[in-house]
Amino acid sequence: MSAVAISRHWDEGGRLLAAVDHGPMPRFSRRELLAEIEASGLAGRGGAGFPTAVKLNAVARAPGRVVVANGTEGEPASAKDKVLLEANPHLVLDGAVIAAAIVGASEAVVAIGRADRRVLKRLLHAVAKRSDHIDVRIETVPDRFVTGEESALVHSLEGGPAKPTLRKPYERGILVQNVETLANVGLIARYGAGWFRERGTPEEPGTALVTVLGAVRRPGVVEVELGTPFRDVLQRVGGLTALPQALLVGGYFGTWVRANDAIDLPLANAALKPLGAALGARTIVVLPHDACGLSESARVARYLATESAGQCGPCVFGLPAMADALERTDVGRLRRLAPQVAGRGACAHPTGATRFVASAVDVFADEIERHRRGRCRGANHPPLLPVGASPDWR
Amino acid sequence: MQLRLNPILCDGYGHCAELLPELVELDEWGYPIVAREPLVRRLEPAARRAVKMCPRLALSLEKSP
Amino acid sequence: MHSLSNPAIWYLMRGSGVVTLILFTGVVVLGIATTMRFRPGRLPRFVTLGLHRSVALLAVVFLAIHVATAVVDSFAKVSLAQVLVPLPSAKYGLFLGLGALSLDLIVAIVVTSLIRHRIGQRVWKGIHWLAYASWPIAFLHAVGIGTDKASGWFLDTAVACASVIVVAVFWRLVALRRPYPKYLGASS
Repeated sequence: MSAVAISRHWDEGGRLLAAVDHGPMPRFSRRELLAEIEASGLAGRGGAGFPTAVKLNAVARAPGRVVVANGTEGEPASAKDKVLLEANPHLVLDGAVIAAAIVGASEAVVAIGRADRRVLKRLLHAVAKRSDHIDVRIETVPDRFVTGEESALVHSLEGGPAKPTLRKPYERGILVQNVETLANVGLIARYGAGWFRERGTPEEPGTALVTVLGAVRRPGVVEVELGTPFRDVLQRVGGLTALPQALLVGGYFGTWVRANDAIDLPLANAALKPLGAALGARTIVVLPHDACGLSESARVARYLATESAGQCGPCVFGLPAMADALERTDVGRLRRLAPQVAGRGACAHPTGATRFVASAVDVFADEIERHRRGRCRGANHPPLLPVGASPDWR
Repeated sequence: MQLRLNPILCDGYGHCAELLPELVELDEWGYPIVAREPLVRRLEPAARRAVKMCPRLALSLEKSP
Repeated sequence: MHSLSNPAIWYLMRGSGVVTLILFTGVVVLGIATTMRFRPGRLPRFVTLGLHRSVALLAVVFLAIHVATAVVDSFAKVSLAQVLVPLPSAKYGLFLGLGALSLDLIVAIVVTSLIRHRIGQRVWKGIHWLAYASWPIAFLHAVGIGTDKASGWFLDTAVACASVIVVAVFWRLVALRRPYPKYLGASS
């Protein structure tokens, strides 16, 4: 399976990626910090978009023991977390330490995938230069798709396989937060909620790191204000290299949207909701007109099937069945499978996969017809959507 | 009261669907689809039996949210 | 304890012993059948599990009779301690100890099964696997101890039980090699 290399350059500048020395850590009380995060309206940047203040509150009451900075980024089409950790590790570490202070944790762990030696070196180097009042360490975990799921990550950090558990970390006083979210915490603690809300929209404030791939001139990671139109986001990565057919928004648990429908929309959940889409993992893949969305989707569906943790029957059986049906363009079968698969696992894997496949069937309906007649518009196009290798679970 | 399934423990034995067909259906691979409705008093004994008989202890009775 | 020298006790002890062995053979087979998702004809699958439990209960009753009569019988000269603690003895060599060992294992299995919901799946399963050890130990006890070992009817019974177990265990091991889902197909 050919992997499309993701460009590691990024657009410099912005709040999160700019290598600015933000000065000493702020000295506020837990309550003041929590109030500031709440006022900022910060929501998780890991995929679920959960309000950060609510999560901090829940863990603080557990009471909080450990903060886990989730930098695993198991999504093959996403590179934003790796880029952030390389560009600005101290900001993420600041955020982790501040979050630990808020929830009452005595240690912070930054978790990254085992494969990325560069990010690991950068983090170890950064930690060595710090002297925080809590224990901060770096841990590596297997590079699998579901490793980024909170309970799977904690399971792996505690010595088990990187597979989800039914009991969630926040119930046990473990705060798991995406590294970008924590970087924002680090900024809000210094400059305040008002400053944070200067960018973005009132419902979705702040900036976001977005990975853009596919038919664009400079695929990579950019920092944009939430609410920026898709058109402008694509301009930031050098513009389009071909006529776009569709965009995959939100990673492999996300949805395909027709290019014409999305191009003028703002990059925000509120605008994407009517299309059945969401920001999710904050990746945008631009599918050019001469590529085949169906073949790409079938390949990803097969990848998602092999990435099942294998713990829940409907996922273990349903995902390969969906991949088979998609390859055979058996739409009826897919329609019968969807309610048997979505929502029936211990984590979001089967649900996300079902959503992805359903959007492919919807957006590439004409391509399905073409395949049934033995043709494919992307027959000469190299594979576009990257899929990872599948290493060990431990 | 609500019947709750742990999908990780569940191994698709299907005893629950046999004991409580009013609330549990099996999918095409033999795994239970548990209805989310609250448990009616009439079905409580059968539900308790299903919980007790599950070979994997995958079923539990919980207070409705 | 005041022992009774009544030949009826002696025969009851040996008879209940044989019945116990037969019943536990059934229990093991039904246990394997449950794991294999076996359906008895058109009856639902939970019936297999129900039978496994009922036969186990019956087997425990006969086991209790067997143990009680062994202790009470004056000819057997078995003390309560010898029944519970597996040790070699002058009169019976290893074979009484094997009986005690299988009794201990069975008690552990039965007790943990009764409190299964309280101890959780993992602990319960770990102990329950001892069943695969308890049967051969009980079998060795049955064929090695006592004076019936040479008798035709007992030998036939023992061979029949052993054959059934071998077939059932083989069935189980073969199923393990099938890909997920294990065993006899998932639905219906």
